[in-house]
Amino acid sequence: MSRRQRRMLTVAVLVIGVAAAAALGFTAFRKNMMYFYTPSDLLSGDLPAGATLQLGGLVEQGSLQRGAGLEIRFVMADCTHQVPVVYDGVLPDLFREGQGVIATGHMGPDHVFVATRILAKHDENYMPPQVAKSLKTADGRHSCAPFKSVYQPAPDSVTARIERTSP
Amino acid sequence: MSAELGHFALILALGVALLQWGVPLIGWRRRDARLLAFGASAAHAQFLCVLVAYACLTYAFVTKDFSLAYVAENDHTRLPLFYRVTAVWGAHEGSLLLWVLILSGWTVAVSVFNRRLPLEMGALVLSVLGAISVGFYLFILLTSSPFDRLYPVPTEGHDLNPILQDPGLALHPPVLYMGYVGFSVAFAFAIAALIGGRLDGAWARWTRPWTVTAWMFLTLGITFGSWWAYKELGWGGWWFWDPVENASFMPWLAGTALIHSLAVTEKRGLLKSWTVLLAILAFSLSLLGTFLVRSGVLVSVHAFASDPTRGLFVLGLIGVVVGGALALYAWRAPRLSAYGELNLLSREGLLLFNNVFLVCAAGVVLLGTLYPLVLDALGLGKISVGPPYFDSVFVPLIVPLILLVGLAATVPWKRARLAESLRRLRMPAAAALAVGLTLPLAIQGRTTLVAVAGTLLGVWAAGTAVQDLWRRVRSKADWRAGLTSVPRAAWGMNLAHIGLGVWAIGVACVTSFGAEKDVRLAPGAHAELGGYTFVFQGEREAAGPNYTAQQGSVLVEREGTTVARLYPQKRLYASQGTVITEAAIHPGPFGDLYVSLGEGYDDGSWSLRLYDKPMVRWIWLGGVLMFLGGGLAASDRRYRLARALERRSAQAAEATAA
Repeated sequence: MSRRQRRMLTVAVLVIGVAAAAALGFTAFRKNMMYFYTPSDLLSGDLPAGATLQLGGLVEQGSLQRGAGLEIRFVMADCTHQVPVVYDGVLPDLFREGQGVIATGHMGPDHVFVATRILAKHDENYMPPQVAKSLKTADGRHSCAPFKSVYQPAPDSVTARIERTSP
Repeated sequence: MSAELGHFALILALGVALLQWGVPLIGWRRRDARLLAFGASAAHAQFLCVLVAYACLTYAFVTKDFSLAYVAENDHTRLPLFYRVTAVWGAHEGSLLLWVLILSGWTVAVSVFNRRLPLEMGALVLSVLGAISVGFYLFILLTSSPFDRLYPVPTEGHDLNPILQDPGLALHPPVLYMGYVGFSVAFAFAIAALIGGRLDGAWARWTRPWTVTAWMFLTLGITFGSWWAYKELGWGGWWFWDPVENASFMPWLAGTALIHSLAVTEKRGLLKSWTVLLAILAFSLSLLGTFLVRSGVLVSVHAFASDPTRGLFVLGLIGVVVGGALALYAWRAPRLSAYGELNLLSREGLLLFNNVFLVCAAGVVLLGTLYPLVLDALGLGKISVGPPYFDSVFVPLIVPLILLVGLAATVPWKRARLAESLRRLRMPAAAALAVGLTLPLAIQGRTTLVAVAGTLLGVWAAGTAVQDLWRRVRSKADWRAGLTSVPRAAWGMNLAHIGLGVWAIGVACVTSFGAEKDVRLAPGAHAELGGYTFVFQGEREAAGPNYTAQQGSVLVEREGTTVARLYPQKRLYASQGTVITEAAIHPGPFGDLYVSLGEGYDDGSWSLRLYDKPMVRWIWLGGVLMFLGGGLAASDRRYRLARALERRSAQAAEATAA
């Protein structure tokens, strides 16, 4: 093998390797991509059955029910729609009624969202940015005060909190 | 008063940094030795200024000076002294101050250790470091000064985020920053080489110890971070592929590629422009990490502030640094081309593969981290990719990489004979196979494909490293002479490779045999997990300096004998109204038992998370071994000798010139 051939071989091996890695990366990316939904998105759109997705919204006041074991049921809501959620496991520290949370899971056959993981943040003022953004209406406010009665303030200051924490 | 002093010192530091940037550059243009030498003095003055600023902020924290907004936000009268000191870097503004303190510390170190460097080279390096400092001083002074006053002065502070009140936090950010910021030195050397047009074996020899030092601190910082997350977040995981973790992992991957390609550049004079590009890449990824963590685009414990001007400023800074560096690279790098020949079957050829795998790994992590953010920024939908993506792309890249590690010590530079190398590797290969098949069975009594593969790879990496050391020691007649004859660089490389092996064994075992269970237990009830019986004995009140807690008591038994008593807590930090879970861990060399409290129910029962984590400590042990290996390699006698030689020859040259 001449020097030139050897160099071409080196380049070919590298190109093939990088291409394989890229193909692997993009395939894995497509397969594991999760879309973020709000309750309204979830109820309006059609979903591929059993697809894993993230659902973000507020835990509705008074909706939390504990079962005999670890199972809990609650309602997640945005300004207009509600989705019942069931979760079997230990909740994060800051899971509270009125709090913004993100649930990962899939839509069950009986239109109950089956969550496998629930995220809430270690900060009482925190609201996931996606939730805050999706709750905003055209004029930059939202009308979810009924769900957020934990804070008991005027709607304006709730908006202020959300705006402070959203990017 | 001290706050104003600190603020003033910071402004002064900006001025000095500007001089440190500009004066040596002018000196380089005019070939004026006095101006070139100015860089070192400026570096010292700058360090002094930042040190004063940092001390002022620490003083404000210790004395609870709530008239400073930053102190009021992160301090509390009941916060223990230790955390009052570490709270300085507990949030955005202070951690940036720590960043510039470390940067100027590195700059001083360069100016002290590199007196032997050719004057022009040293001056250019300091000038580039000065330019980076200027960017960060502007960032602090314009967007995030920790010295802003608050009026009216609150009587009580808002307290440090409770999740950061842990000894792990005291270590994690400073060590991580040592690594992040350390890559700025490699970057400065690369830029100086591009400007000065000098890039040879000597350049690589100057750059290597700095890069390895930065790399070892980054390794340790990531290790601490992983340990802290395991302990403090209460999820029992050691790595989450969280964007913030990825932000520190990407520079690590690029830095690991860089220290290996620097070896090729030093020994064989090849891959020169690639090495320079990697140095730029590693530092750019460090800056990107800062941007991701500090801008608030990420949803995470680390996203302190979400002030868009800050994000934009860092983004601009990245644009200037990366854009400028790449432009300079495009302009000057063609001069650096090497004319040697690169054989694929040789150490340099294998190191090239190592680089390809590492850079691809950095690439796929970057894709998974940034793509969702870019889509969101463009308004094309909100998506996320979780650990399944990272696992499925990362494993196929890391497996061949570890296989390559085994060849590293055996395959010689320039050209290898395949048969010869393979013959030498029979022993470690057999050992890897034997241990891989038996170790999981011996420890756990069962085995899985992942456990066998991981143990096999781990023993392969560690075994070949031990074999290399053994051969070097045995090459001398007397073992004592043999031990002392092995250079520190060889100890360091092999120790780091052993660390990689230990890490791989830990990861494989904890993923295959780790078990977890969420249970709801009434007092006196028990649950079984991994052969252990966890008995919940009830709950009582406990209190710390600035929190109250509900403390559960869990007795762990195995076959009737008590293994551990664990006291997990649920702490309420009244100052912030925050509840956090403090897990209780029974550590062991072959596995941890881990319990965290969920919530109490009206009937007196509690929900609990139980974990059995076999070999989990090996993961961090691997990281610590890599750190120690880096330390040995960076302190190799060769670098000091080379410097002394260069100094002598430089003095001789000056003498003849005079």
